[in-house]
Amino acid sequence: MTIGLAAALLLAFVGRSAGISGIFAGVVQPSLPERGWRAAFLVGLVVGGLVLRWLRPEAFGGALTGTPLVVLVGAGLLVGTGTELGKGCTSGHGICGLARGSPRSAAATAVFMGMAAVVVFLTGLRGAP
Amino acid sequence: MKAVVAGGVSGLLFALGLGLGGMTDLTKVRAFLDVTRDWDPSLAFVMGGALAVFVPLRWLIRRRLSRPVFNPTFAANNESPIDARLLGGAALFGVGWGWAGLCPGPAIVNLASGTPQIAAFLVAMLAGMLLVQQVELRLRGNVPQPQNSRPDCG
Repeated sequence: MTIGLAAALLLAFVGRSAGISGIFAGVVQPSLPERGWRAAFLVGLVVGGLVLRWLRPEAFGGALTGTPLVVLVGAGLLVGTGTELGKGCTSGHGICGLARGSPRSAAATAVFMGMAAVVVFLTGLRGAP
Repeated sequence: MKAVVAGGVSGLLFALGLGLGGMTDLTKVRAFLDVTRDWDPSLAFVMGGALAVFVPLRWLIRRRLSRPVFNPTFAANNESPIDARLLGGAALFGVGWGWAGLCPGPAIVNLASGTPQIAAFLVAMLAGMLLVQQVELRLRGNVPQPQNSRPDCG
């Protein structure tokens, strides 16, 4: 619910989409304008995380500690190249794109959710990938 | 400057929504994706809840506002056709998401969790993005990529 509010706020005041992979990539791409609000959005995400840690520390679970480094690096590379090629992640395609009825985003969301489900099926073990 | 404040507040609200909904917990994300076994569908309400709020608000914003409050124009939408690049990118992203249970938003929020391992994921994610950007720049002969090629809420 607050995710919807967050996306609406960004659209109404800045006129941009709350696509997190794009915001993240935009901050590190020196040629792009509007780095200020993007950087502030990322800082807001981390501050929100600190609030969560204080209010609901269980929100983070504990699985990250037990995830092997090779999985984190491999998955990170796949997520980075995939979102840059596909121009969006769960927020950009799954929320912002679907909300405006974009066929591109609907196709992308179906593909990444399907592939993710297949990988979880194949790797089997929950929690500790 | 005002856009910076709006961006910060939006990021904060986004993080709270992800965390309270369960998206920052890798085990829960993988349980949501585990549709064939002991499926935990609760995370569908995170996306569903976000859409239930955002779809009507977006409609109101586009109807009532001729321009965003702190910017001259809304971002243009990307209406290019569905191509192999989009689907291939989404497929790679899906494999990474299912493997670790992390997508970009929750990964950044996890920086606050105090677990140092998240840095490895984020650095690798950044490296993947920069790699694609660099290959693109080489292929296009240093013509910068248009900014509106992302999906957006406009």
